[in-house]
Amino acid sequence: MISQLTGNERVLAAFTFLILVCVGVAMAAAGRDDLIGTHGWVIAVSAIAGAVALLRSYDAPEPSATRLSEYYDDPSKVGIILTLIWGVIGMLVGVWVAALLAWPELTIDAAWASFGRLRPIHTSGVIFGFGGNALIATSFHVLQRTTRARLPDQFSPWFVLLGYNLFCVLAASGYLMGITQSKEYAEPEWYADIWLVVVWVVYFSIYLRTLLRRKEPHIYVANWYYMAFILVVALLHIINNLAVPISFGHAKSYSLFSGVQDAMTQWWYGHNAVAFFLTAGFLGMMYYYLPKRAGRPIYSYRTSIISFWGITFMYMWAGSHHLHYTALPHWVQSLGMAFSVVLLVPSWASAGNALLTLNGAWHKVRDDAVLRFMMLAAIFYGLATFEGSFMAIRAVNSLSHYTDWTIGHVHAGALGWVAMITYGSLYALTPWLWKRPALYSAKLVEWHFWLALSGTIVYVFAMWNSGVIQGLMWRTYNDSGTLSYSFVDSLVAMQPYYIARAFGGLLFLSGAVIALYNIVMTIRLPVPVSSDSASDIPLGLQPAAPVALAGE
Amino acid sequence: MFNFHYRLERNAIGFVLAIIVVASIGGFIEIAPLFTIDETVEKAPDMRVYTPLEVAGRNIYIREGCYACHSQMIRTLRDEVERYGPYSLAVESKYDHPMLWGSKRTGPDLARVGGKYSDDWMTAHLNNPRDVVPESNMPAYRWLLRNQLETGDLGEHLAALRAVGVPYTDDMIANAPKDAVGQANPDTDLATGVLERYGEKTDVSLFDGNQGSVTEMDALVAYLQVLGHLTDAAHTTPQNEVE
Repeated sequence: MISQLTGNERVLAAFTFLILVCVGVAMAAAGRDDLIGTHGWVIAVSAIAGAVALLRSYDAPEPSATRLSEYYDDPSKVGIILTLIWGVIGMLVGVWVAALLAWPELTIDAAWASFGRLRPIHTSGVIFGFGGNALIATSFHVLQRTTRARLPDQFSPWFVLLGYNLFCVLAASGYLMGITQSKEYAEPEWYADIWLVVVWVVYFSIYLRTLLRRKEPHIYVANWYYMAFILVVALLHIINNLAVPISFGHAKSYSLFSGVQDAMTQWWYGHNAVAFFLTAGFLGMMYYYLPKRAGRPIYSYRTSIISFWGITFMYMWAGSHHLHYTALPHWVQSLGMAFSVVLLVPSWASAGNALLTLNGAWHKVRDDAVLRFMMLAAIFYGLATFEGSFMAIRAVNSLSHYTDWTIGHVHAGALGWVAMITYGSLYALTPWLWKRPALYSAKLVEWHFWLALSGTIVYVFAMWNSGVIQGLMWRTYNDSGTLSYSFVDSLVAMQPYYIARAFGGLLFLSGAVIALYNIVMTIRLPVPVSSDSASDIPLGLQPAAPVALAGE
Repeated sequence: MFNFHYRLERNAIGFVLAIIVVASIGGFIEIAPLFTIDETVEKAPDMRVYTPLEVAGRNIYIREGCYACHSQMIRTLRDEVERYGPYSLAVESKYDHPMLWGSKRTGPDLARVGGKYSDDWMTAHLNNPRDVVPESNMPAYRWLLRNQLETGDLGEHLAALRAVGVPYTDDMIANAPKDAVGQANPDTDLATGVLERYGEKTDVSLFDGNQGSVTEMDALVAYLQVLGHLTDAAHTTPQNEVE
């Protein structure tokens, strides 16, 4: 890792670690009576560990100029491993908290082990740990292949990847200690939020600098989505996390907005975290790896344009459908509902575009579980976006809101779409990056596929059932015109579904463990003698052979 | 249109700017007016701010993730109004930084839970919900009775809340730690100060049942007992038709 850095980059890395150590120690000193002090030490120790690793290889010979004739994939490789590990952690905690809902006495008498503190580790672990690392790892790979330019330098990709994982560690360890803003999917406190902004600015600069040096005249559609992901997540993150800390020695802060304005900002953020983190970014993934794996160009370029701008424009209006029948003014609720319904058009255009791309390659879908993962992801994307538009209708929402139906919907998207496209893409990408002939075991991919599919179906059906039953029980009246059921009655009715849900999650988690094993074993396969990848190199530094690109 | 796009996708900076402009419109049109249109938040002259003990309790509510299973937003639906009370008004969460409207009811709504149960019931329920509701799947929060409440920095908390717009006075900020102790210890001099600063209707009580020390349980119960009682606006203003 360090031997790949040039002399200047090593100096830059040393300065970065020095600044981080200073910041960490300052936080530890200012916050010695507060939990922020612990996080100060986490930052300082991480930076010292990094600095030690740097110094040990500081005098290693500088990388030769031939590196510039190859793409820079090591950050992507580490990112893939981190993705798989975070996936197992996040899903394991998910299964555990699901079990706690069914059997609350399972846990021990310790604050850190309670449902309320573990649940955000599940959500952040899978969204930011698993999803975020997958997006960073694949975006670096896709960006270089579709621009035919190498990443601009060796330092900044590592800064983004490792800095982002520091953010994830601060988030998860903070929840255990009780550090949270309570804003859903934006729980980390002010200092972690500021750090993420720094990381994100560097991430964007990598993207822009590479695009500006591209050898292809057009920016490929996958990069539109990755760019929308980076830019809009920055916009959402900064505005939703505006807050005033108690002091620099306190982890706690108070959000700038309150009440109804805060609610609208939060769900503008929350819904678009789904849109631009969990949808746009993964559509970028789909637009590259699905056609590559299928060996077919994207079905329709014009549909790509319409769906991209439709999603970018309309999603940002949809957040208020989380606030139907609340104290939010009616006009905002109506706008949110209208845009949510129309949003089905670009969403289905994307899903249809992906599925039609498979025309002529359906025999591959049958035989190749990796491609089947991607196909299934596109189908679940279509199902989840249809369900989302449906649930955004006020009358439907009056039943579904506050119930497990929402949880089922989220998991149809998260398990069916996000995780499936991620695993499909990583299975495709791993042999390419490590230059192995194939995955360690195609049979294990089959196992993973069926575990993932059955787990998702069990989960989603359990939550549909419990959500609809719950919603109906809350609004059922008896003949004398009073409510039929107490709240506890509805809770008791949930028990079998909570058990089924934990079982579905367990199936999905087993698949994630298999994926980690399969990919690690693939990496450990011997390298074949001749790894012919003449086309997999940047343009411009050597005599270039004309090569067809994915999607063209 | 497609020709225009054909040119746009050859220009990285142009594409970046186009994304920012197109993505900003929706949020701007939906959020900015909420700060400027007067009718968005009703008037409630009788509304008081949270006491320091209630602020501390609210922070424990946030710390333990209560919002993940309990909403504080009664919708304008007939069954909700009958089950939980008058539907929530925007003004009732005017001082909530951040709001805790919630998104899921694994447990019931808490917007008007204040005063529905005794302090003793609340304490027993939080300590182990299944002692009072055998079917409950809520976690037991036993450490709340064991942990002494950190009151020393409550003045700084109130000052930060004032910085974001909650009208705390200098007097309230200066006396915050004392007021936190006073609210959980009735019939003491400190308790009198709480009533002077936050109004005669403020709930001064033993909360966790013990005189003297202030525990995290005191704070959380004090917060839960004030939910729905910062203002009477929802009870005094006529409610529109519910659906």
